[in-house]
Amino acid sequence: MTATFVGMPAFPEAARAALGDSQLRHNLAHATATIRARRREVVAEVDEWEELRLAGAAVKDAALLRLDEHLVRLEAELTARGVTVHWARDAAEACAIVAGVAEAHAITEVVKVKSMATQEIGLDEALAARGVTAWETDLAELIVQLGDDLPSHILVPAIHRNRAEIREIFVRAMGDAGRPAPAGLTDEPARLAEAARLHLREKFLRARMAVSGANFAVAESGTLVVVESEGNGRMCLTLPEILVSVVGIEKVVPTFTDLDVLLQLLPRSSTGERMNPYTSTWSGLTPGDGPREAHVVLLDNGRTRALADELGRQALRCIRCSACLNVCPVYERTGGHAYGSVYPGPIGAILNPLLRGVGTDEQVDSLPYASSLCGACFDACPVRIDIPGVLVELRAQVVDARRGTARHAAEAVTMRAAAATLASGRRLGLAQRGAGLLRRVTRRSVFSWLPWPGSRWTGARDLPAPAREPFRAWWRRTGGGRR
Amino acid sequence: MRVALLVTCLNDTLFPDVGRAAVTVLRRLGVDVEFPPGQACCGQPLINTGYLAEAVPVVRGFAAAFHGYDAVVTPSGSCAGCVRHQHAMVARRAGDAELAEAVAATPPMYELSEFLVDVLGVTDVGAAFPHTVTYHPTCHSLRLLGVGDRPRRLLEAVRGLRLRELPAADECCGFGGTFAVKNPDTSVAMGADKARHVRESGAEVLVAGDSSCLMHIGGLLTRQRAGVRVLHLAEVLAATEGAGARAERVS
Amino acid sequence: MNAREEILGRVRAALRGAGEPGPVPRGYRTVGVANDPVDLFLERVADYRAEVTRCAPAEVPDRIAAALHDARRVVVPAGLAWPAPPGALPDTGLGAAELDRVDAVVTGATVGIATTGTVVLTHGPGEGRRALTLVPDLHVCVLRADQVVGTVPEAMARLAPDRPGTWISGPSATSDIELSRVEGVHGPRRLRVVVAG
Repeated sequence: MTATFVGMPAFPEAARAALGDSQLRHNLAHATATIRARRREVVAEVDEWEELRLAGAAVKDAALLRLDEHLVRLEAELTARGVTVHWARDAAEACAIVAGVAEAHAITEVVKVKSMATQEIGLDEALAARGVTAWETDLAELIVQLGDDLPSHILVPAIHRNRAEIREIFVRAMGDAGRPAPAGLTDEPARLAEAARLHLREKFLRARMAVSGANFAVAESGTLVVVESEGNGRMCLTLPEILVSVVGIEKVVPTFTDLDVLLQLLPRSSTGERMNPYTSTWSGLTPGDGPREAHVVLLDNGRTRALADELGRQALRCIRCSACLNVCPVYERTGGHAYGSVYPGPIGAILNPLLRGVGTDEQVDSLPYASSLCGACFDACPVRIDIPGVLVELRAQVVDARRGTARHAAEAVTMRAAAATLASGRRLGLAQRGAGLLRRVTRRSVFSWLPWPGSRWTGARDLPAPAREPFRAWWRRTGGGRR
Repeated sequence: MRVALLVTCLNDTLFPDVGRAAVTVLRRLGVDVEFPPGQACCGQPLINTGYLAEAVPVVRGFAAAFHGYDAVVTPSGSCAGCVRHQHAMVARRAGDAELAEAVAATPPMYELSEFLVDVLGVTDVGAAFPHTVTYHPTCHSLRLLGVGDRPRRLLEAVRGLRLRELPAADECCGFGGTFAVKNPDTSVAMGADKARHVRESGAEVLVAGDSSCLMHIGGLLTRQRAGVRVLHLAEVLAATEGAGARAERVS
Repeated sequence: MNAREEILGRVRAALRGAGEPGPVPRGYRTVGVANDPVDLFLERVADYRAEVTRCAPAEVPDRIAAALHDARRVVVPAGLAWPAPPGALPDTGLGAAELDRVDAVVTGATVGIATTGTVVLTHGPGEGRRALTLVPDLHVCVLRADQVVGTVPEAMARLAPDRPGTWISGPSATSDIELSRVEGVHGPRRLRVVVAG
């Protein structure tokens, strides 16, 4: 599994299935409304928010446009602080490195900090195949893992589950994974969190190896940063003797003080808090404190492909806050699974095609079209990624990649015909006369039923018939209403 | 000042009343607006579907049709946004320097409420419309152009008009151009929520600055027999005492 | 070619002709807080449902005792800048399982941030290693008033990357169930902050 889930249908079909699930829609509407309100409130109290957004975008651009230099510096600083640095071209290479570290120490179980990069590369499955069990320790990840489910949100992967469903999963599955759920567990969120605390504590206390990602990696100081809420991250980063951090190469920021922008933007945008409960920063090994052995895997897995895209490279600024998901009217209704990737929502709709390339996979190619281009995502993005602009560019790349192929030939013919008509007023006028004929023949001013593909509109919506007298005909006839 | 009307292909073909209403309002305010007959479409249906190469002749035709005017005004936030933000991209992507030059020479493009409030400096356009109205700020007006509260200010100055709040007004109606047919289920789900909010507002009339979004929401409202009319902002602003907005689009 | 060279090669190829990065606008660093940052700090820490009090330096031992309440097994870092509460164990490198049997920990901090209600530990002698403030269920954290700054940029200016850092904003919490915030998961479920001066 890399970037998109295997065997997922294209977005429109997956969305249709999701839209039919009223429980899912209810859960999502409730959750996204809650988080939107919280974000709005804490962003509004920062007078310099727009300045911070500009600075955040500039910091990430500064890193990306000199990425080779910063990566080399990061590697040198990490190495100087006792960390072993690995480079991974793709998912398989990254997974093999992590598994290799475990095997070298005869380790058969690891605890994991929530990390998008390790989900993207399918690390848990790859470790399992090599006999290493990976325990997810973030509450939402735990819910997904115990429920044998797929994540549907970047920040809250179990957003599609309500409390009753979560309770049911805990009661059913915790016992097979370790300490069972307490007897008489209710669906009160505080009780569910308590159950997770008890279940995971024994794993934290005995684990010898942890796997993390990083929210940021500071080039000048070799500092990694993990932003979290529950303390599971701190447990993983502090207690086990071996720590392996899988870090996408786009996570680099040039300087330590650059964090003063990003640590303001991220929590307010993601959980809607002034600051998340815990942020851990560490620069290599510290004697007597934390792990005794640390590895960093610098991961490409398509990031250099995205970097090569002049417009699309801005997607690599993403700090995985998920604000764009929470404000997206499409995401709110379809949920994350419909995007078929660990990166759902508006950012997923651009990131997946950028990481994987277009023109080879129907599912990936459907993602740039999974948006009404309403622009709410751009307004919410703390690093000003012009998601609608990149979506349109990627649509153009999809069309270009398919030019001359049999796929979507009908649409291409339609679009070429439309282009020919819409390129001149004279031709549009002629087409309108043809359309007027249609109205006279059908004697209808509104269509409530049309054959396919018109049914894709009229299935739920009426469509007005062309006007008896188009505007341009009226203007010509009346001299613009003066005659 | 020579002002051209971009009526838009959609209004031209399906909703000519909107174009006529825009002309009425502009003339009432002393603007002798012209209709360059060479105009057809801004190219947005092609561009937003990814057919940027196909959009080249459309953008070229657009630039030629409006060449030499001092300003272009259009009753569409979406088309204004396309002209302002996407024509240059089409030219750049095509590597067509001549087209890029023609696009750069396109006169300033205004959405109707921007033109009335910013260029003419008017919020009271002398309209009367004694009805209960709610206003949907279409996404491209709101976020791409940033028209802000201009349409509201125009509506608030209309005599007899009672403005009702639209719940979740900022949320997209789900039209989205070819999104409406490429992802019909999601589009309709979004539109159904918008239609519900319109009904909840208690208004008789839903007003917006884009006929495309109104066609989508209105198509749902008539299918639901909701008894709510949809009217373009221009049609409300054109209405005067004794000569109300045309009732043709009553559901 | 090895992975390192190949990735760096891809990066350089991707950036060919990409241009220079622009300057980072740093105007946000000039923004401060209007009034006494300590007042705001107290308010914002309390917003996270942490308990927070301010007192004269001489009163700190009493406030620590009150904050510890009925905690029986208490651990402190070896270099705690305040008088250790009676009976507290100095940290001698307890293992995780032993720390799990400790009720509470008392430490200092490096910086407090008013706008976000955050305390930052850099785990020096007065703050202890990271596990110390993580495994016990109650964390009592004492700051001097002059350690409280207004904003995140002001705090960053006081921090150096050479030591590990832990930014703590309230007790551990989660929003993973229906996005309603619940305090108390894996980290200390109770955070009590004392500001001296």
